[in-house]
Amino acid sequence: MFDLDKWQEITAALKKNKLRTILTGLGVMFGILILVTLLGIGRGFQNNIQSSLGNFATNSTVFWVEKTTKAYKGLPRNRSYQFTNDDLEVLKRSIPELQDIAPDINGWSGNATNNTFREDKKGNFRIKGTSPEMNNVNPVEVTAGRFINQNDLKEFRKVITIGPRVQELMFEKDEDPIGQYLKVNGIYFRIIGTIKPLSRNMGMRDDVLQMPFTTLQQLYNQGDKFRVFLATAKVGESVADLEDKIFEILARRHSIHPDDRQAIGNFNIAKMFNKIFGLFNSIGFLFWVIGFGVLLTGIIGVSNIMHVVVKERTKELGIKRAIGARPREVVGQIINEAVFLTTFAGFWGLVLGVLIVEGIGKMTEGDPNPQILNPYVDINVAFIALGVLVLFGVLAGLLPAQRAIRIKPVDALRYE
Amino acid sequence: MIRLQNIHKSYITGTNKLHVLKGIDLHIKEGELVSIMGSSGSGKSTLLNILGLLDNHDEGVYTLNQEEIKAMSETKAAKLRNNLLGFVFQSFNLISFKNAMENVALPLYYQKVARKKRNKTALEYLDKMGLKDWAEHMPNELSGGQKQRVAIARSIITQPKIILADEPTGALDSATSVEVMNLLKEINQSGITVIIVTHENDIAHMTDRIINLKDGRIESIIENNKINSKETIRVPQE
Repeated sequence: MFDLDKWQEITAALKKNKLRTILTGLGVMFGILILVTLLGIGRGFQNNIQSSLGNFATNSTVFWVEKTTKAYKGLPRNRSYQFTNDDLEVLKRSIPELQDIAPDINGWSGNATNNTFREDKKGNFRIKGTSPEMNNVNPVEVTAGRFINQNDLKEFRKVITIGPRVQELMFEKDEDPIGQYLKVNGIYFRIIGTIKPLSRNMGMRDDVLQMPFTTLQQLYNQGDKFRVFLATAKVGESVADLEDKIFEILARRHSIHPDDRQAIGNFNIAKMFNKIFGLFNSIGFLFWVIGFGVLLTGIIGVSNIMHVVVKERTKELGIKRAIGARPREVVGQIINEAVFLTTFAGFWGLVLGVLIVEGIGKMTEGDPNPQILNPYVDINVAFIALGVLVLFGVLAGLLPAQRAIRIKPVDALRYE
Repeated sequence: MIRLQNIHKSYITGTNKLHVLKGIDLHIKEGELVSIMGSSGSGKSTLLNILGLLDNHDEGVYTLNQEEIKAMSETKAAKLRNNLLGFVFQSFNLISFKNAMENVALPLYYQKVARKKRNKTALEYLDKMGLKDWAEHMPNELSGGQKQRVAIARSIITQPKIILADEPTGALDSATSVEVMNLLKEINQSGITVIIVTHENDIAHMTDRIINLKDGRIESIIENNKINSKETIRVPQE
């Protein structure tokens, strides 16, 4: 490996036509650069999607009220209705496969004007009614204090948890918000916890204010009604089956025709998740294929150049064979050159690729709504890529090398 | 040392078959200084290539150093060339990106001799050729005679049994030709068999034996003592 003569041979051969060597090297370099960059960006896409899906329960389904489309039991079609808190109890009681069920209620955001005040601070925040069950379906991380519990719901307590953006705007850096009060739409709420959203689904954002959904219903005169809820199936249970059972019970309770599926809006989130994951796997695969293809083009370039190099050096190789170079030494020398060229160029491609990916990461770091999140190059992928390069370098050299020893020494010596 | 029996060699170019060697019988003893003469196309270079294992014969028996040379692997041939034979070419055939010392040392590289040791040996051989001061020079900085002396040093560094020289003076002026011939004679006197292919009479006449080839056959063999007794000299005309 560190035989000076070998290195001398390699550098002498590659220096002979510097421009050609550089161009060939560039081919390989761009190949690996594109491969690495694509994989890094692909990883960033995936991270972004995964973070926006967050810890959102994947085996979940969402229901919402629509208008009936069929007349039933003397009631006309095109009738509106709303879910009630009793529905939740009945569903919980009668469907064993049901893991969690949680209404999703949004509060009045004050028509884009400020809805929240504290001393001289004010802000416009997203108000959501929540429940401990909701935190199983669309979870948040409690960073201080506690989350809303069943007693808060039962007693219609005026308590809230606040997102990081709310804390940032309504409090000084060194202030502890727990136990403090915020005036939301004219009513004082005590802060019981600070939270961080773990997903960005169903309107979950950093500027969220969560209160018990019962409190929200009461304050906004919604009684025990709501329009949207999320439900999850127990582990191993089919979400589609769960949906059928929920529909059946709700239809009965709200006098909806058993065939009027359009009366209750429903979306299988589990299915969507599978589609998204499938999509990202395909994109990832596509990135591999493209990157690999570009890399292969570079490698073929190297093989091509090695062919030319071998041809040019036929006579030199003939001389060496005349004075005792064995075929494996001739082959070894050519392969050394090819491997050196591919690995050297590939290494720089790898370094540049990693830098580019890091640069993209830096650029998107401060973006609150990024398309790419934390792109990075897997160290294993990098090593695999380098390994593949060395292997391909060998292959790129092998064919021309075979050619070099196939011709008889006497013909090689005569070659001009 | 070398025994050839009924050696045939032909080249096929397209549909044409060119019969170059048409049954060569030859015996060269150890320590001889022999020249092979003939006009171009007589097959003298082909014969030398076969002797040097750079090419294979089609038919006949070639015995080199008591070993019959048959179809053998390139690896084996390379080893024999490295250990047993040394080549001197008309066009010197030095490696252009290696300096004189490295060129001389190259055969030892293939014997896996350590770098320091082989460079030291190469210097000794260059010294013998009077080229010690030129050790670090690249081939393109040397004159023709110097290049050929480097090539000769390279050919003998492995202490081979046979030196095969293909027109060693073909690219040199007459004064340097004589120098080179004297070197080859010295080498011969140290016990190494030297075979020179040439078409120059005066070069051939400096050897012990002249083998005249014509149309792929040995036309005549002239022994040294007869060369020196004027009446028997028969010089083939080009």
